[in-house]
Amino acid sequence: MKKTARFAGGFLVLGILMVVMLYWNINTGSVHLGLERIWELLWTGNDQTLEGNILWKIRLPRMLGTVVLGGGLSIAGFLLQTFFKNPIAGPFVLGISSGSRLFVGFFMLAAAPIAMGNFSPYAIFIAAFAGALLSMALVLAVSNRVQNLAMLLVTGMMIGYICDAGTNFMITFAESNQLRNFTVWSMGSFSGITWPTLGASALIALPAAAVVFLLSKPLEAYLLGENYARSMGVNIKGFRLALIILSSVLAACVVAFAGPISFVGIAVPHITRLLFQTSRPMILIPATFLTGGVFCLLCDLIARTAFAPVELSISTVTSVLGAPVVIWLMIQRKRGS
Amino acid sequence: MYFETKDLAVGYNGRPLIEHIDIGIRKGGILCLIGPNGSGKSTILRSITRHLAKLGGVVSIDGRDLSGLSNRALAKQVSVVLTGRVDPELLTCWEVVSAGRYPYTNHFGKLSQADEAIVTRSMEQVSVLELREHPFVQLSDGQKQRVLLARALCQQPEVMVLDEPTSYLDIRHKIELLSILRGLASEQGLTVVLSLHEVDLAVKLADVVVLVKGSTIYRCGAPEDVLDGETLRSLYDIRGGAFDLLLGSVELRGAAGESRVFVVPGAGRGAPCFRALQKRGIPFSTGILQPGGVDSAVSHTLAARTFAAEPFAPPTARTLEEARTAARSAQCVVDSGFPLGPYNRENLELLQGAVQAGVPVLCLRPEPPEGLSGVQCFSTVRELIDEAAKLTAPGR
Repeated sequence: MKKTARFAGGFLVLGILMVVMLYWNINTGSVHLGLERIWELLWTGNDQTLEGNILWKIRLPRMLGTVVLGGGLSIAGFLLQTFFKNPIAGPFVLGISSGSRLFVGFFMLAAAPIAMGNFSPYAIFIAAFAGALLSMALVLAVSNRVQNLAMLLVTGMMIGYICDAGTNFMITFAESNQLRNFTVWSMGSFSGITWPTLGASALIALPAAAVVFLLSKPLEAYLLGENYARSMGVNIKGFRLALIILSSVLAACVVAFAGPISFVGIAVPHITRLLFQTSRPMILIPATFLTGGVFCLLCDLIARTAFAPVELSISTVTSVLGAPVVIWLMIQRKRGS
Repeated sequence: MYFETKDLAVGYNGRPLIEHIDIGIRKGGILCLIGPNGSGKSTILRSITRHLAKLGGVVSIDGRDLSGLSNRALAKQVSVVLTGRVDPELLTCWEVVSAGRYPYTNHFGKLSQADEAIVTRSMEQVSVLELREHPFVQLSDGQKQRVLLARALCQQPEVMVLDEPTSYLDIRHKIELLSILRGLASEQGLTVVLSLHEVDLAVKLADVVVLVKGSTIYRCGAPEDVLDGETLRSLYDIRGGAFDLLLGSVELRGAAGESRVFVVPGAGRGAPCFRALQKRGIPFSTGILQPGGVDSAVSHTLAARTFAAEPFAPPTARTLEEARTAARSAQCVVDSGFPLGPYNRENLELLQGAVQAGVPVLCLRPEPPEGLSGVQCFSTVRELIDEAAKLTAPGR
């Protein structure tokens, strides 16, 4: 079958790209690490040299975190696009990331004096999740009233602006010594990932992604529209609830540990569809996860190295690479209709 | 009844729209809902398929109440073809059709060999197998509808529910789709419940028609028994224009005013002339008509005045005399090009009378008929009507 070959080829390409990007990310930076040295350090563990510390304490958790969070964010975008039947839906455009950011910001700035800057990653995630759910609830409340794709996006953007206004308000009145970390985080960056946060994100995002994969069958039925899905036996209420919770969990997880990241959620599922030429969730879910990982590794590499030693926020890079994809999508859609 | 509803009440937000719906159909029969737009056909269908919570009553298949079934069990009993566009990007037809196996496959939707055979057979039955690797969104509307029908078919339902399946289709695809349904019903015992816009098609397709209008079922029964012109007029509130059930054709309202043209019809030749005159807004009278013929049926709606023979008999002397007068006093007389024979001698006499009276006679024939001279001949209806319009122009 032609399709099977295409799928196999697609995964092979993604696998190779993933290995290349992983190597490139470990290797590149202010301190250059050669292949042999990387190999040696990976086997022997951290030998407490400068290179060892850089590899084990900085680059490795950051790189793995980028893959997990980039993949998770892309899956969140995929779910939202399916849910709203809207090709440019995503956690960022719908205001879900901004809601999470507001809640995390509030939590970090308000609770900082008590916890002295040491938060459990899970506590941050819960704050982010609460914010994501709240934004999602608002978007849903509006989307039930207006059955219009454009209105949905406008609503999401407005919710996003309101949340951002709240976050900026807090930044204005926050004490300056708390601000630096917060500002870096709130612009979106993978630089803050440590082993504990990596562990937390893996424990949250990977099971969530696995559950999404288990929903492949109803997701495929849902491609024909809600009414057909229902007529084939899909429990629509339960399914919709699952989609909302899963996409919120994944989006919140990313915001909690890397801040709000734009365009990945929209662009990656489409890049994956293009690559694989299918809409079948069974293929698309794992492929989207991998593509998201590779895409974010590339963006993070650019963010770290393009203007080294200054590091760009990750959204700066994802926007530049992702926004053209969205514009292209809109043109395609216009042509199609 | 194999499929039936008892005292079904349907509506939105707890407010009943239609109540006391008692309809039913035997196994392998086709039940068709007809009625004006917004009459609630879709609401009834959506309540049957449980897309909408019913407000009361029972829907059952083979005596089993559907409301007790799980989603999956219901999906094995009832499958649907819905109105509205489906836009599953990048899915092939095979993938769309095989989605119908949903209630039968395992958690990951893996198709067994048996499932694949059923999908293949379903696609064959509606002749879309050659489209299997084709992207669904690139199909024509007719092909899409057939693929969706194949999808509903491979769900192996007892009852298939279709909501206005012919909506976007051209006439050929309508006929194809409905023929397939008829075949499935009579050959495989599939029970079909559908709604249609086209009353003429409903008459020819359905075993039972249900007329939906107002807050209850207007009428229900075999189309041959319950449908007639008068029923249709009141079902759809038709004012001006008409729908001829026997011909299955729609006629717009005829031109109003004093008759200006007299048309001599026969053997269905009159109808095109009637319609052409109606479109130009020229009122006309016509005779002598044979009752029960096509010209007679069409003339009822379009002509200002008609002169008809008795069934299987010549016209009465009085009718003939009135027709002569009408023809002589017309601004022009149109000869529709009817075949001449011993049974319509009167019509030739009418033409001759008009020529003698100095009324212009326009013939839709290559040459004048035997026994008639001093007439103009035309080869197309259009040229003839152009001339008639000139002759009857107001102010002339």
